[in-house]
Amino acid sequence: MKVKEYSKKQLTEFYETMYRMRRFEEEVFEFYKQGLMPGLAHLYMGEEAIATGVCAALKNDDYIGSTHRGHGHLVARGADIKRMMAEILGKKDGYSKGKGGSMHIMALDKGILGANGIVGAEIPIATGAAFSIKYRGTDQVAISFFGEAASNQGTFHESLNMASAWKLPVVYIIENNLYGISVDIRDVANVVDIADRASAYGIPGVVVNGMDVTEVYETAKKAIDRAREGEGPTLIECKTYRWQGHHVGDPATYRARKDVDEKEKWMKKCPVKCLKEAAAIYKKISKKEFDQIEAKIEEEIQEAVQFAKENPYPDVQESYTDVFE
Amino acid sequence: MKTLTYAQAVCEALDEEMAKDDKVVLLGEDVAFLGGNFKTSVGLYEKYGDLRVKDTPISEAGFTGLAIGMALTGLRPVVELMFSDFLLVAADQVINQAAKIRYMSGGQANVPMVIRTPIGAGRSSAAQHSQSMQAMVSHFPGLKVVVPSNAAEVKGLLKTAIRDNDPVIFFEHKMEYNKKFEIPDIVEPIPFGKARIAREGKDITIVATSSLVMKSEEAAEKLEKEGISVEVIDLRTIVPFDKETVINSVKKTGKLVIADESYERCGVAAEIAAEIFDEVFYYLDAPIGRVSTPNVPLPFSPALEFPIIPSVDRIYNKIKELI
Repeated sequence: MKVKEYSKKQLTEFYETMYRMRRFEEEVFEFYKQGLMPGLAHLYMGEEAIATGVCAALKNDDYIGSTHRGHGHLVARGADIKRMMAEILGKKDGYSKGKGGSMHIMALDKGILGANGIVGAEIPIATGAAFSIKYRGTDQVAISFFGEAASNQGTFHESLNMASAWKLPVVYIIENNLYGISVDIRDVANVVDIADRASAYGIPGVVVNGMDVTEVYETAKKAIDRAREGEGPTLIECKTYRWQGHHVGDPATYRARKDVDEKEKWMKKCPVKCLKEAAAIYKKISKKEFDQIEAKIEEEIQEAVQFAKENPYPDVQESYTDVFE
Repeated sequence: MKTLTYAQAVCEALDEEMAKDDKVVLLGEDVAFLGGNFKTSVGLYEKYGDLRVKDTPISEAGFTGLAIGMALTGLRPVVELMFSDFLLVAADQVINQAAKIRYMSGGQANVPMVIRTPIGAGRSSAAQHSQSMQAMVSHFPGLKVVVPSNAAEVKGLLKTAIRDNDPVIFFEHKMEYNKKFEIPDIVEPIPFGKARIAREGKDITIVATSSLVMKSEEAAEKLEKEGISVEVIDLRTIVPFDKETVINSVKKTGKLVIADESYERCGVAAEIAAEIFDEVFYYLDAPIGRVSTPNVPLPFSPALEFPIIPSVDRIYNKIKELI
């Protein structure tokens, strides 16, 4: 990890964002275990370096298309974690007034065009935001986050084809955590690196270590700058792993089929822990400072948990609103 | 008044709305250089350029999704799907995305887009290019569904569709595109959810959609010579549905026929009958009649196709059966 070249401020921001995501989701998992959460949630734990690195390279008015595993993208964009928590519990002041839940949190004020329950469905939508940018002639970019499994949907091909043909300002980020629920990508695709598919569209395809926030940031920055300059899309594949199953409550035993130690090996590369260790080695952030950061975030998280728990459920009449204008 | 084809009326509505609002963008297969497979965008590419009139690859799900992203970020895209059968190729984007974004986001976002697409049999186009998909999309909350009749109606309703802040599925009838109509020089937008009484009558009501409004008027003309007075209601929009106009007419005539070209099973006619039944039960003097497409895929041979298409004769016969 190249922390040496980074300022204390930048590293602190990376760490704060990743730590906030991690703690946020640990509490979401607790909600589930305590039976407080209706339905399910797809946790981003383990993948924090990706959203953090990519979003650190964005401007405030850029757009993001997110996925069913979208909490990290929202936190990285500075979405209100109180309203996120409330939405996850189906409460009145959640981002979607309790109508969307974990899988559909939208924060339009942060450029988040929606998390999406249909795998691959957000890729053309983010691409459309890029068309809109080109049409309006602004210097914004659109980011489309999706998993490796979504790259087998037709929408992936259709979107990358149009974006490359029309040089749209969009960057595609594959969060390759190896599994689509239980299906191992290595069993359903004949390429080791999904990024190789970029060559079919005549655009750059890059593979990065998705557990290293600095590597993600630097690669994303290059691709984003390129898109802003009108050079068109890039496909970035981030190799990563999810700590939990597909969703909370999935024991993910299928992952030990090929290698019983697979999860353990990946967890050693924990993006949050590795950044903390590297920053300490290079004396960029002191132990005391880390303690302060963590304490500050813990306070935010506890405030959000309390807010979500105390927030009332929406009125039943709310079912009938927001269908049409 | 002036004379225009139905296709020219579509084109005029697009042109006037594009001239009025630079956020309106047209995209779809063959809409630019060719001017539309059914000549509904002739001259627009030359007038508005490549970014506003965009030829797309054959990627219906992809470019429909693209339009959603455009609509979420300040534009008003009009998507052309070359045949309404292709709605099924783009179904996830239409039904799981566009229709639900306002709701799933708790009202934060809206999707001001129009999908224009032709329905109807009669060209020996067989089972995958002849269907009328209005019943299918009407099933899903979050989509407005427009089934215009003549050229003036097409123009007025399309203008409203483009200005609407929700996703609108706008069904044009492919057998009408080349027909000529008299239309006023200036056509104002026509509000959604307000049916039009196309012809007043007192013996029986016929509620019709799309080209079947014209066919019903023709049947009514024939029946008048036999002393039967038919009231023809042009529904204009399936969603929103103008229940009041239909109910009032049925209360007056005591008899109802519904003509819509989607398949009969779970079709628009079945839904209209169910929607109003509670309120007209005691006023009805005959069962409610339906004229729809029978529950078979559309055949190729004219010998097979024509007898099953809802026609003037089928409407005429159904009315005679109930009178």
